[in-house]
Amino acid sequence: MNAMVNLRIDGKEIQAPEGRSLLQVCLENDIYVPNLCWLAEMDEPVASCRLCFVEIDGRDRPVSSCAVQAAQGLVVRTDTSEVRALQRSALQLLLSVHDLDCAHCPANKQCELQRIARFLGVALKPKRLEKTVKNLDFDEGHPVLSIDHDKCVLCGRCVWICRQSGYPILTMARRGIETYVSTYGLADDPETGCRGCLDCARACPVGAIRAQESG
Amino acid sequence: MNPNPTEAAARAFEVVRQEAARRRQAALDDPRPAIRVCTATCGIASGALETKAAFEEALVEFGVEARVFTSGCLGHCYAEPLVVIENPGFPPILYHQVTPGLARMLVRYFLLKGDPSFEHVLGAIEENDMIPTVMDFPRFNREKRVILEQCGTIDPEDVYDYVAAGGYAAFASALQRPPEDVLQEVIDSGLRGRGGAGFPTGRKWELARNAAGSDRIVICNADEGDPGAYMDRTVLESNPHLVLEGMAICAYAVGAGRGLVYVRAEYPLAVNMVARAVQQAREIGILGRDVLGSGFDLDMDIYQGSGAFVCGEESALIRSIEGRRGTPRLRPPYPAEKGYLGRPTVINNVKTLATIPAVVGRGAKWFRGIGTDNNPGTAVFSVVGDVVQAGLVEIPMGTTLRTLIFDVCGGIPNKKKFKAVQIGGPSGGCLPEEFLDLPIDFDSLTGAGAMMGSGGIVVMNEDACMVDIARYFLDFTQKESCGKCTFCRIGTHHLLEILDRLTRGEGREGDLETLDTLSRDVKNGSLCGLGQTAPNPVITSLRYFFDEYRAHLEEKRCPAGSCRALTAFYIDLDKCARGCDACVGSCPVEAIFTTASRKKSVDQDLCVKCGECVVHCPPEYDAILKVSPPHLAPRMERPPEADAAGSEE
Repeated sequence: MNAMVNLRIDGKEIQAPEGRSLLQVCLENDIYVPNLCWLAEMDEPVASCRLCFVEIDGRDRPVSSCAVQAAQGLVVRTDTSEVRALQRSALQLLLSVHDLDCAHCPANKQCELQRIARFLGVALKPKRLEKTVKNLDFDEGHPVLSIDHDKCVLCGRCVWICRQSGYPILTMARRGIETYVSTYGLADDPETGCRGCLDCARACPVGAIRAQESG
Repeated sequence: MNPNPTEAAARAFEVVRQEAARRRQAALDDPRPAIRVCTATCGIASGALETKAAFEEALVEFGVEARVFTSGCLGHCYAEPLVVIENPGFPPILYHQVTPGLARMLVRYFLLKGDPSFEHVLGAIEENDMIPTVMDFPRFNREKRVILEQCGTIDPEDVYDYVAAGGYAAFASALQRPPEDVLQEVIDSGLRGRGGAGFPTGRKWELARNAAGSDRIVICNADEGDPGAYMDRTVLESNPHLVLEGMAICAYAVGAGRGLVYVRAEYPLAVNMVARAVQQAREIGILGRDVLGSGFDLDMDIYQGSGAFVCGEESALIRSIEGRRGTPRLRPPYPAEKGYLGRPTVINNVKTLATIPAVVGRGAKWFRGIGTDNNPGTAVFSVVGDVVQAGLVEIPMGTTLRTLIFDVCGGIPNKKKFKAVQIGGPSGGCLPEEFLDLPIDFDSLTGAGAMMGSGGIVVMNEDACMVDIARYFLDFTQKESCGKCTFCRIGTHHLLEILDRLTRGEGREGDLETLDTLSRDVKNGSLCGLGQTAPNPVITSLRYFFDEYRAHLEEKRCPAGSCRALTAFYIDLDKCARGCDACVGSCPVEAIFTTASRKKSVDQDLCVKCGECVVHCPPEYDAILKVSPPHLAPRMERPPEADAAGSEE
């Protein structure tokens, strides 16, 4: 068991095990910090969603809290204007490439994007940014899963959790705005293919990856 | 184990050195002329291999006895293919733009008849009474060569040639000192990493040396990817042993037993040169078990990257070597503490490592004598774009941009005006004329919003549109973004889209504000250095060329006349010559027609704005003009075919 350290978050004195992810410490103490790509089980944070910014005394600009380890004497603020501006900007970017057909989405009302948008007071429809959807015109074929690339926020949770299964099949493919979660068409390979555990679907924060509806 | 490793290393190296000296003397004693063709990639692209073949053919044909060698790049890429001819009785002479035909001529007139063909001479390499030396040119005497010193003068494929030129002596001397001592020398030198960010090299080594863990590794980052930049490639092609020696010294100083050169597979010649160099270094005992009898084990390998720009970022580079997708991870921990497979890893740029032998061999004090206090040493740039003498240049840190562009590289060709210089590659910034007197060093450039970067400089004249330049670089960074983090993946996409709109004249209200705020968010929010610096071209061009952005947005006008959608060509009827058909034939889409007055005019609906007609219009008329916005071009009705024929008298 790690030694406990004292830190101050948003003026609250908090005790936490040394070395624990600052994001986790915040969440455990009912201080919500928006996040998409982080899972408590990860030994190294992905830090790709760029939402969990906080300000720490002594650092000259906001940092990703998932990658900061709890240490004695840290003074943290989660609600500064600079932090919120970056978080809103990141969320608007994510929404600008997200298929906003919420009414027909199985994740409606359980969607992390909706939750974060409400928390940050950001409208779902982007104002200043041109809407872009990928419309990938191919189907890699998967026996169990359906992947909606226009809903995917590319947080990488599914890729990480698939790695833990022992039969990793999900990965990122291509670059830039064309990046997508891929199986390289190997999902139904009898030896290395998907075992259908559906951990990825459970890990998805937005309902972009889920079990195919039967029939 | 050798009882006295220090003495053993000195003795073992002396054997190698003597062998190298013997070989060099034998070459000098050879009475036959020597022809050295520069065959780095820049030379090959200009036809150096054909030139070399022409020399060999002509030697046979004219029955002349001479030796033909290849060497690397001299840096004067504007004058390629370059050839040095050492003809007994003459000083070594450097010839420029040696075509196969000229090669034949040189054999026939110079080697056979003793006429040096002065009109093709660039200069002599050594002082003499016959021919001015190249050192009299500003291009040569403003430079200070530390890294490039032997590039183009030694044979990159022969380790003994390198040793004879003083190579591996610094490594041999390092082996005779305690590693801490060598490390201290590098710390004292104040050398800063030449990869872009300028982190103190000695401090990085110290971190790795003191980091917990074993199996330390030294990686040479040769994943050069900036558009138009090729410094690292040239160094690896022209003097690979220099880089290996730098790596070897680093390995000894930090206690690493392995070196790895990460070089992109698109550099096949560099890959070959390094592979051969590693092999040769093993053969003479510089690499392997018990290096030079010192008890120190060291080996090296090559890893070929697949050409992703982001893999030049050190954490992505490490992932790529580990066999994973090349995406950066958040630092700290830095690779010096936890790098390749979790081991302490030193990653240095090619030029940093190539500086090390001089730093250790000649000492920190000597090194600090070059450049400025905070930025000692030299900087290597590949200067391309609108300059007279494009190529590789090595100058002391602190030299001004003006000196670099106008004195060393000969200024802007064709009497055009200087407009901007893009420094630091796609992550750098565009600086306008008022920054020409800025000293080139890490701190000054960062202060101006640009970046030292790894050494790419693109000079632009008045015809360059800054909005389009920003669009070009954003297009590059968006395509090369690894797609991992939100700001870089989606943010650069939107920046690019807005810039695209502006260059098409479809800008919308608020676009400039969005460009500004989004650029700052991408800079502050991105995960790695690629994303954090990607908006720099936008930020600097917005800051220094705001009027140009406004003209694109508000007037649909491109002041530089470069954006195709915002310009039009028309023919000035006062200048156009009756009966001349030059432009008509050049037009690929038959947009040029004959008017009733038998002069020519452009059908604006058909014109694709390729500019071919401008090239073909005879200079004495110079009748084709370009305007922006396009509606300013006068429109003329195309006369019906029959009428046009009938109007002829």
